[in-house]
Amino acid sequence: MRYLSVFRSPETGAYPSEQDIAAMGTLIEEMTNAGVLLATEGCQPSAKGFKVRRAGKTITVKDGPFTEAKEVIGGFAIFEVKSKEEAIEWTKRFLALVGDGESELRLISER
Amino acid sequence: MEDINRTIDAVWRIESAKLIAGLTRLTRDVGLAEDLAQDALVAALERWPETGIPDNPGAWLMATAKHRAIDHSRRGKMLDRTHQQLGAERDDEQDTPETALAESMDDEIGDDLLRLVFIVCHPVLPTESRVSLTLRLLGGLTTEEIARAFLVPVATIAQRIVRAKRTLAEARVPFEVPRGRELEARVSSVLQVIYLIFNEGYTATAGDDWIRPSLCEEAMRLGRVVGGLMPNESEVLGLVALMEIQASRLRARVGPAGEPILLLDQNRARWDHVLIQHALATLAQAERLGGSLGTYALQAEIAACHARARTPDDTDWARIAALYDALSQLSPSPVVELNRAVAVGMAFGPEAGLEIVDELRSEKALERYHLLPAVRGDLLAKLGRHGEAQAEFKRAASLTQNARERELLLERAAASGRPPDDGPAAA
Repeated sequence: MRYLSVFRSPETGAYPSEQDIAAMGTLIEEMTNAGVLLATEGCQPSAKGFKVRRAGKTITVKDGPFTEAKEVIGGFAIFEVKSKEEAIEWTKRFLALVGDGESELRLISER
Repeated sequence: MEDINRTIDAVWRIESAKLIAGLTRLTRDVGLAEDLAQDALVAALERWPETGIPDNPGAWLMATAKHRAIDHSRRGKMLDRTHQQLGAERDDEQDTPETALAESMDDEIGDDLLRLVFIVCHPVLPTESRVSLTLRLLGGLTTEEIARAFLVPVATIAQRIVRAKRTLAEARVPFEVPRGRELEARVSSVLQVIYLIFNEGYTATAGDDWIRPSLCEEAMRLGRVVGGLMPNESEVLGLVALMEIQASRLRARVGPAGEPILLLDQNRARWDHVLIQHALATLAQAERLGGSLGTYALQAEIAACHARARTPDDTDWARIAALYDALSQLSPSPVVELNRAVAVGMAFGPEAGLEIVDELRSEKALERYHLLPAVRGDLLAKLGRHGEAQAEFKRAASLTQNARERELLLERAAASGRPPDDGPAAA
């Protein structure tokens, strides 16, 4: 089963330390070598992002930063695992490194 | 909500192979190592529902298993003394102090895992035992799951695993990574086991049991694990990429009525592009290693040509023909040659393809192979030789075992009888 994991956290604007980056690199390597991580990327600040919304016939584009949001998307990952619990287990290990925030996991449609 | 037993299952799946590998180093006995790991699992099942899951469940399991290992080694020493008293011979390196034994387990987990990979795929074991042991010790699958996946009784798999462990112990298979010339043959045994697991799942997507197709996922996962352990072996990376590209087409290769859809007729939007991207990145890693590509990497390169083409017309047939040429030189086979003929026909015209196919007509191994007349019929039809094409399609239809395929071939035979542009069919 395949999950999309989207991580959201308060946008502090602070860059992660070298140490944090190295620890994350180790975890990514571990997950890749365990065969469960198919893709992952981290996002740049929301100031460089935008939102496109459709309401009826109107499309609006709103540029970042998303100051009104308490938490913004920080990155995503795609896991291939055998169970929900396995996805939780890897997510716990991820959250232990990134600090406060929330990972939303969504089962990806197979067809 | 978390279900504690399912969580323990998940922890087991993540940690068990590393655990068993470390314990095998300690005990030099895969069977005993697995028993100790299972003991730790049982302890977890008893304790964790009360205490909750520890922060580092892997370390907890390892520590618990180590304690059992040390207990066991103490008992073993007592037995040893008894044996010595009886004058029994024993060549054994387990005289190290227990603490040193325990500490040594924390080092080189990756190396231990790799040694375990080589043990469970050891040529001293029959292939089916290698498969069962690999799924059980590296994949963390239960005996029941393996039995269901291979549609055999649980007792058969259980017996296979018991015998395999005994064989390994009796043969005193060393816990090591093979070197030099032996390495190549041993790596190829590992890859064969993984690809066999994959194909078991790949050919079984019609089955109603979910676990059979999931063997594909299991094989890909094992492949990635071995790839992580041997990042300099281009064949391992090649096999991972090959399996991933093949699996990327699983959804697209069967129509709504269960009929097979040929590669060039598949809806490419339904291919699994996440897997394809992962495969192409893995293949690029193999290419960066330099050196000549082996049979898995070459097959992956061929599959990648299709995966990269946005439409069938974009396919780089000249490259595919060249890759089949290389594959044919590396491991000559009439089937590879027939595939080369198809690629050459697409790249350089039906005449060139037919030349290769005609040389295969005397090939004993292809005598009853329906794809030979099917390919020949296709090339003949493209050359406007419809009468000959019709005969080949009919012959192919009479040879195939697959009803749906027979139907397709008979349709083509009928179509050859009434070619749209050339008027009445040739005699």
